[in-house]
Amino acid sequence: MSERKIALAGNPNVGKSTVFNSLTGMKQHTGNWSGKTVGTAEGILRKRKKEIKLIDLPGTYSLAANSAEEEVTRDFLCFEKIDGAVVVCDACCLERNLIFALQVAQVIPKTLLCVNMLDDARRKGIEIDIKSLSEETGLPAIGISAANGEGLDELSDMIFDLAEGKLKTDFIPVRYPEIIRQELKKLYPVLKSEFGFSGIYPALAIIENEQGFISAFEKRFGPIYEKGTCSIPDAYEKISSCVVLRAEEICLSAVSFLKKDFSSRDKKIDSVLTGKFFGIPIMLILFGFIFWITVSGANYPSEVLSAAFSKIGTWLEQILLSIGFPPMLKSLLIDGIWNVLSWVVAVMLPPMAIFFPLFTILEDIGYLPRVAFNLDRGFSKAGTCGKQALTMWLVYNLIFSHILFRRCL
Amino acid sequence: MQNFSLCDIKKGEHFVIKKLEAKGILRKRLMDIGFVPETEVECVRTSPFGDPKAYSVRGAVIALRKNDAAFILGVKKK
Repeated sequence: MSERKIALAGNPNVGKSTVFNSLTGMKQHTGNWSGKTVGTAEGILRKRKKEIKLIDLPGTYSLAANSAEEEVTRDFLCFEKIDGAVVVCDACCLERNLIFALQVAQVIPKTLLCVNMLDDARRKGIEIDIKSLSEETGLPAIGISAANGEGLDELSDMIFDLAEGKLKTDFIPVRYPEIIRQELKKLYPVLKSEFGFSGIYPALAIIENEQGFISAFEKRFGPIYEKGTCSIPDAYEKISSCVVLRAEEICLSAVSFLKKDFSSRDKKIDSVLTGKFFGIPIMLILFGFIFWITVSGANYPSEVLSAAFSKIGTWLEQILLSIGFPPMLKSLLIDGIWNVLSWVVAVMLPPMAIFFPLFTILEDIGYLPRVAFNLDRGFSKAGTCGKQALTMWLVYNLIFSHILFRRCL
Repeated sequence: MQNFSLCDIKKGEHFVIKKLEAKGILRKRLMDIGFVPETEVECVRTSPFGDPKAYSVRGAVIALRKNDAAFILGVKKK
């Protein structure tokens, strides 16, 4: 029996990698910054002596790929032979996530909707009616909270059922205008019989003249001669609008907002963090504080480590001399290798051990996107974007803290 | 009924999209995250330097630079 494969897809930052880690026991890196999963990650989901290969795909907002990572996801979903897909969605913005989920279901009808972050949604008074979601879409659905383990057991059972074909998937297709449907009728049967595509997305992509998909298709199957279509003006807009409005329609019955202004606390915090008067000063104070802690906090451990290594070095030297080690070799080992190693560890380890956890805390509370938002204007004038501020800060903090110790460099 | 672009609205104001003038990849991406005609958008915050601005659309908050938001045309909603 060949191994069954299930792909994990979804928008960035919905917790795909957290779900993946929990199900496979692996330790892929997660964080609240988009773009962490680059390339695919594979793991094995094991339960009751059965095994499934799970593939964690990079997050993307759409199958119309805009970057190398998004192309990885699109190509994997469209061209790899898999037994099903799980689309992980953020319960706090289900509508936007559903747009992508509907696109995926159009590639692989065997799709399971996994609504994550139910705990966050509950806190904000957002209620997701999973049964209604499943009925409206025709797809199996489950609500979980991966961060605290809620629902993961049931999810793994559903994934096994999906892979073995036991889970009923009866995707209710998105309705397109007549002009699109006519072209689909011509194109879809050919793509299905000649190339084995089970969903209608490849046909839609060709109708839309989606260059990314077409190049990927032609790389694998040769030139698309006889597309059988004449180009429809604004095809992408027609198709995309239908998907977006369908997602809206589904959410009208599946999502309810119990608190009228559920994001008021976040809005108030953000108005200070990104505000005209306090935004930048808070950022500078916070960065300065972290830098100061890194440098001053690392001073003492650094000296202790340095002294300890020095003592061990002297002790090692004495041992080597007492057993008659050649002086040149002793010098290479002690003055060379040992001393350099101890300087590097004593000087570099303490600041990194302080800085990285602090940086991770900022990442986990969601402050870093606010920094990118605040600084984007300056960075875009330099031809890049606000996200680069974070890479810069990370590097500068480490470099300056090391220069200040004046022992390395 | 005056035609505004999304970058003209201030914090707290609401906007209904009527037309997207963006082309190519930007157009596709904007549509795929929900900026389609007849969608209601609210400007929820502005960066300290005035650009970019954050807009609430279909339950999500998305930051757009002025020159990207300029491509989204529509009307202010009271």
